[in-house]
Amino acid sequence: MTMIFGIPIQALMGQLLVGLINGSFYALLSLGLAVIFGLLRVINFAHGAQYMLGAFAALLLLTVGGVNYWLALILAPLIVGLFGAIVERTMLSRLYQLDHLYGLLFTFGLALAIEGTFRYFYGASGMPYAPPPQLTGAVNLGFMFLPIYRGWVVIASLIVCLGVWFMIEKTKLGAYLRAATENPVLVQSFGVNVPLLLTLTYALGAGLAAFAGVLAAPIYQVSPLMGTNLIIIVFAVVVVGGMGSILGAIVTGYMLGVVEGLTKVFYPEASNIVVFVIMAIVLILRPAGLFGKDA
Amino acid sequence: MAGKSEPVPGERIAIHPRAGTIQLALLAVIAAGLLLAPQFLYPIFLMKLLAFGLFAAAFNLLLGYTGLLSFGHATFFGGAAYFTAHAVKEWGWPPEAGILLGVVGAAVLGLVMGAIAIRRQGIYFAMITLALSQMFFFFCLQAGFTHGEDGIQSVPRGRLFGVFDLSDTMTMYYFVLAVFVLGLLVIWRFVNSPFGMILKSIRENEQRAISLGYSVSRYKLGAFVMSAALAGLAGGVKALIFQFATLTDVTWQMSGEVILMTLLGGIGTLAGPVVGAGVVVTLQNYLATSDFPVTIITGVVFMVCVLVFRRGLIGELLESAFGRRFFAGRRTRE
Repeated sequence: MTMIFGIPIQALMGQLLVGLINGSFYALLSLGLAVIFGLLRVINFAHGAQYMLGAFAALLLLTVGGVNYWLALILAPLIVGLFGAIVERTMLSRLYQLDHLYGLLFTFGLALAIEGTFRYFYGASGMPYAPPPQLTGAVNLGFMFLPIYRGWVVIASLIVCLGVWFMIEKTKLGAYLRAATENPVLVQSFGVNVPLLLTLTYALGAGLAAFAGVLAAPIYQVSPLMGTNLIIIVFAVVVVGGMGSILGAIVTGYMLGVVEGLTKVFYPEASNIVVFVIMAIVLILRPAGLFGKDA
Repeated sequence: MAGKSEPVPGERIAIHPRAGTIQLALLAVIAAGLLLAPQFLYPIFLMKLLAFGLFAAAFNLLLGYTGLLSFGHATFFGGAAYFTAHAVKEWGWPPEAGILLGVVGAAVLGLVMGAIAIRRQGIYFAMITLALSQMFFFFCLQAGFTHGEDGIQSVPRGRLFGVFDLSDTMTMYYFVLAVFVLGLLVIWRFVNSPFGMILKSIRENEQRAISLGYSVSRYKLGAFVMSAALAGLAGGVKALIFQFATLTDVTWQMSGEVILMTLLGGIGTLAGPVVGAGVVVTLQNYLATSDFPVTIITGVVFMVCVLVFRRGLIGELLESAFGRRFFAGRRTRE
């Protein structure tokens, strides 16, 4: 058996893959958080709940409506995005004039209410969601077996992350978005509908979380609490990356996922906390975060 | 919280000529009520109220008077509960020494967490404290002395100063009441000290405080440690009341709960957090018997408070014509 640093290569690669998959979710979620924060100046605590809603939407679409995975991958983000838009329009938009902390507290309450409701109706235990038949099985890469679905998760999240990055950096809508981030009043005076832009941005962030949720459904079980602990790790990811840059959020997400995976191989006891330790170190050495612009 | 301050209102309401006497009378009624309460209500429930009231008041020291939103105060509350429980049960320490250890331990944790978190402001501060307290949660989950999921159980209450037997519920109640009053007095003194005034100036305008030559980070850290230590006092006492320390007290849900108590009662008011804690604990007690999950109520109350009720119960009371007439008309902040 091939060994690297005294660790069998299969174990190393296996954990690296797990890390890469976790990193995919971190990247998708921290991207959504960064996009929302950039424009709305709101830390969306409900992001974990929206991730869970995405997974539940896929599950319910399948069991109630017989909608397959591929369609759910598009429908679930749209449904959750619409839900996000309604929340933004009716409630969140009232808080922009106040201290930003109120946005955090409001979305925290929203997350508790959503998760509590789903827990009430579906219990705390997880429900399985089968991967689509096209993506079952595994391929032999020579040094390890790669379950096809897991490979798909990494690729799909990469495509979506880069797509969102492209949309923000290279398209006209993205230019409006970036301009509104810099100076919303000026952009509005040019005739751009900034309130609509804010709503769309929140919907986009919620949709991204839901997309991550659908991707996660076949890997982890669908449960009301699946987003709860994840969101705190994603917060740490966002602090490490600094929310100044979209690309920074994506890169940091993958990076910390891989670091976490490697920690599981070399020092399993610390795997739960390694992201937080890195966050503390980064804050001491570089308070603005790895990709942050200002302190 | 650092926000936009409202302009001074045009209408002025004259303070009632005997407002001071009325306030004293109200205080006397509350004191008498607290002394007599265990005759009418379940003492354990009352003690829980007092412990959480002190916890929320300690938290408010940071949010209300310094403008820092900590999302990690469960670390100090639950951490101190573990320290006290361990010292009393495993080392056979007397209760007062056990609680003191809890307070010191919480202060040390506060020093570490505060030193890291005050490097960023506002929203980042909240996220960092949350992440660090989640780290502490995982530490407690794995560390040996906390006994993981089981927690530290059947902690003896012992004899206070070797004289008072705390296993007697009534003695315990008056001990908790004394700690509660002492804690609130410390907070009151702290808030009205020159140190407290500087904290308020940091809350109002950090840049200006810096330009006046105050070492803002040091004051923030001081407030953070103070708040952590007092939260630890509440946590240590709680461990003795219920005679156990568990993971529940170090979860982020607990950090969220104390925020809700403060928000509901009134951020930046002295009595607000205590009242808020009373409402939340009573609600939980009431809902514990039904199968309706508390989190839904908690979440909805949170949303409603943030959307339309940001001054909280006591804040609204002080703001009303009645409050301004009888309580010096001090305006509270949103």
